[in-house]
Amino acid sequence: MTGHIDSIKTYLAVLLALLSLTGLTTWVAYQPLGAFSVVAALGIATVKMLLVSLFFMHLRHSNQLTKLVVLGGLMWLGILLVLTLSDFATRGWTGVPGK
Amino acid sequence: MADLTSHEAQASSHEAHAAVHEAHAETLDLREQFNTAEQQKDASTLGMWLFLITEIMFFGGMFACYTVYRRTFPEVFAVASSSLNAVLGAINTGVLLLSSFTMVMAVRAGQLGQRNMIILLLILTLFFGGVFLGVKAIEWKEKFDEHHIPGQAAFHLEGLPPDQQGHAQLFFSLYFAMTGLHALHMVIGVGILSFLIWQAKKGTYSATYFTPVDVAGLYWHFVDVIWIFLFPLLYLIDRHLGK
Repeated sequence: MTGHIDSIKTYLAVLLALLSLTGLTTWVAYQPLGAFSVVAALGIATVKMLLVSLFFMHLRHSNQLTKLVVLGGLMWLGILLVLTLSDFATRGWTGVPGK
Repeated sequence: MADLTSHEAQASSHEAHAAVHEAHAETLDLREQFNTAEQQKDASTLGMWLFLITEIMFFGGMFACYTVYRRTFPEVFAVASSSLNAVLGAINTGVLLLSSFTMVMAVRAGQLGQRNMIILLLILTLFFGGVFLGVKAIEWKEKFDEHHIPGQAAFHLEGLPPDQQGHAQLFFSLYFAMTGLHALHMVIGVGILSFLIWQAKKGTYSATYFTPVDVAGLYWHFVDVIWIFLFPLLYLIDRHLGK
């Protein structure tokens, strides 16, 4: 990130976007979306995470090694969540006792 | 003879040069083990990110646990979630986002070498962090008053039959574990900010060296990202169903 200094305007725009998305996620929770409610909540949270990490954490100015390490970290998180939940979600399918 | 003195002079100038070089190697922005200041800064950033990835896995286990139990008891989790104060939660999210903004502005002041701005913006960040923890304390006190503390003999969540009270306790166990662990990170962050303010007042940071402010910023924003996921997942489950 050396040498890249973002303008105050950029940071203010990101802050405003983050605050608007907080309002949006609160509003959308009260809308009758059924099962899509959680999809909307996680989608908005992911967008907010990207805004914070790319702008506030300077990831878009970081070197390739740092970006690779961050992506690698998210991959490990993916393994933790996907493998745990794929086991949990499919335990009842085969009718094997002791599920 | 003349040859010898010139040799001696050369040797002593060599020594002087080495001494200058060594003194240079010991500055904050370029430690001896690094080739360039940029390399040192990249190493610090990478080190902080590696630490944050262990933190992601730490919180990730709790999010996996949360998902498993929310899927098992969806109705109970919806009722329990609706008992939380969504307005306070949303306001607190805003406060934390503001603190992230002032934090990144402090890093920017570091890049520009504006020492007084670093101090001012770090104090603002500390202030917003304190407000967040204060609101959190009010929310937790409400839980005690409402008997929503898991393990409490008087635990009772309104709107649920007696055989589902245990499942509601599970929700509140997760609520307190996750928001508690998050708040612990905030408290540690407050300590780090106080240290940075003290160092900044001493004049340690300049445009060439503000790495501690930079990596503390990464930590602070990470804690913000955790809350960005905690807020909708804990406070906003199926609010549209009503109580």
